[in-house]
Amino acid sequence: MGFLLECPNCGKRDVYEFRFGGEAHRRPRVNSSSEEWMKYVYMRENVAGVQQEWWFHRLGCHKWFLAIRDTRDNSVMRTFWMGEELV
Amino acid sequence: MRALFRKEKMWQRHKLKPRYDVVVIGAGVHGLSIAYYLAKNHEITNVAVLDKVYLGGGNSGRNTAIIRANYMTVEGVHFYSESLKLYEELSKELNFNLLFSQIGHLSLAHTDSAVNGLWRRAEVNKALGVNSRVIWPDEIKRMVPALDTSDRPRYPVKAALYHAPGGVIRHDAVVWGYARGVERHGGEVHPRTEVIAIDVKDHQVTGVRTDKGEVIRADCVVNATSGYCTTVSKMVGVDLPVVTHPLQACVTEPLKPFLDKVVVSANLHVYVYQTDRGELVMGSEIDPYSSYSQGSTLETLESIVAHALELFPGLRHVRVLRQWGGLCDMTPDYSPILGEVDGLKGFVLDVGWGTYGFKAGPVSGKRIAELIATKRTPDIIRPFRLSRFREDRLVSEKGAAAVSH
Repeated sequence: MGFLLECPNCGKRDVYEFRFGGEAHRRPRVNSSSEEWMKYVYMRENVAGVQQEWWFHRLGCHKWFLAIRDTRDNSVMRTFWMGEELV
Repeated sequence: MRALFRKEKMWQRHKLKPRYDVVVIGAGVHGLSIAYYLAKNHEITNVAVLDKVYLGGGNSGRNTAIIRANYMTVEGVHFYSESLKLYEELSKELNFNLLFSQIGHLSLAHTDSAVNGLWRRAEVNKALGVNSRVIWPDEIKRMVPALDTSDRPRYPVKAALYHAPGGVIRHDAVVWGYARGVERHGGEVHPRTEVIAIDVKDHQVTGVRTDKGEVIRADCVVNATSGYCTTVSKMVGVDLPVVTHPLQACVTEPLKPFLDKVVVSANLHVYVYQTDRGELVMGSEIDPYSSYSQGSTLETLESIVAHALELFPGLRHVRVLRQWGGLCDMTPDYSPILGEVDGLKGFVLDVGWGTYGFKAGPVSGKRIAELIATKRTPDIIRPFRLSRFREDRLVSEKGAAAVSH
């Protein structure tokens, strides 16, 4: 199901203008165990519900930003720049 | 005469028992075939297959019903070719006409690098006894006269991998046939029974709880869901490397028979075949973002149709009847996740089926049943264990369809 996504720079646009960057998750510290790095690289929450995720405005301003979206019905609650809220 | 047209109940309504030997979550082709082969090959009949909706209501009824074994990795070819052989015998085995049409399968290449990929697949296939060969535009044109093999399109057809044993089967019939087989062997199917929790004690699965409040004891629980495989695995704290993307397909109004091959173009992200009723079934690649919505989009319909018209320009007046979506559990290496989980006894995975689950239904059912009965992982599914991600032994399946590699 398609939807509109609000780029913090360009405003509401069709989702096909954007590239999906996957769910936002924290990078482990450099000296973390290989188990933690394996989880960072491969394992995903893949939640059926609200998730925080990366988007790139490929047909617009070429900026990465974050969105909070419900993956069950693609309703977008909020979009914002990195650093405005916790990843 | 009356006996010829008598109605037969394919499966019965049961009350849930307090205890089963095996509980399978998900009553699609995978879950049902696991229960079927448990009963038939291993005489384990105290089995319940639970599903939160109706039988085959997930991807078993949403896929495009294409069957083939012409993959690229050795592991994949072994696995899918066993499935194809089981499908060839399945109508007889289940005594149910599954309308299997082995019409042949063409994977088109429009670039030099794609032609190289076809060569490699053909050689891997031949070495493992799977019938595949590279053919050129003149032979393609003879097989599929309606296909535009000229140099008119932006990406003209350069070659194709011809896989004669590939074809299409009626996917609902496969589900119903297996469900009847499960019941006839003494197992039970329970549609509209959602599992909301899995009980674990001392690293051993002990049972499941349903949305109606029932508590069922079982020492073995199989996760055979699609779409919600992460949700179910999280009930026992198992992380999966899965991202769920929708995949959309559509079907046109019926036409006179003109196409008796499955035509797939990875470069154009489209696959087309004509059903026995004359409709064209066309599929796309997965949606570009993760979602659990099964809704469809105009953008995808435009993409499917535009690319199908590149292949078959004569179809421009044909009308689309329906469009739908299903949920694909994509893994990083385009291979499934099968088998037990380290540190948790009695929990078996049959998940991560991405865009290739339906064609693998019989083999994963047979082999997962063997795993449950013998407590030993069969060699053919060992490469697909969950721990391959920890061991850095991924099975990169570049022969998977409907994804951009």
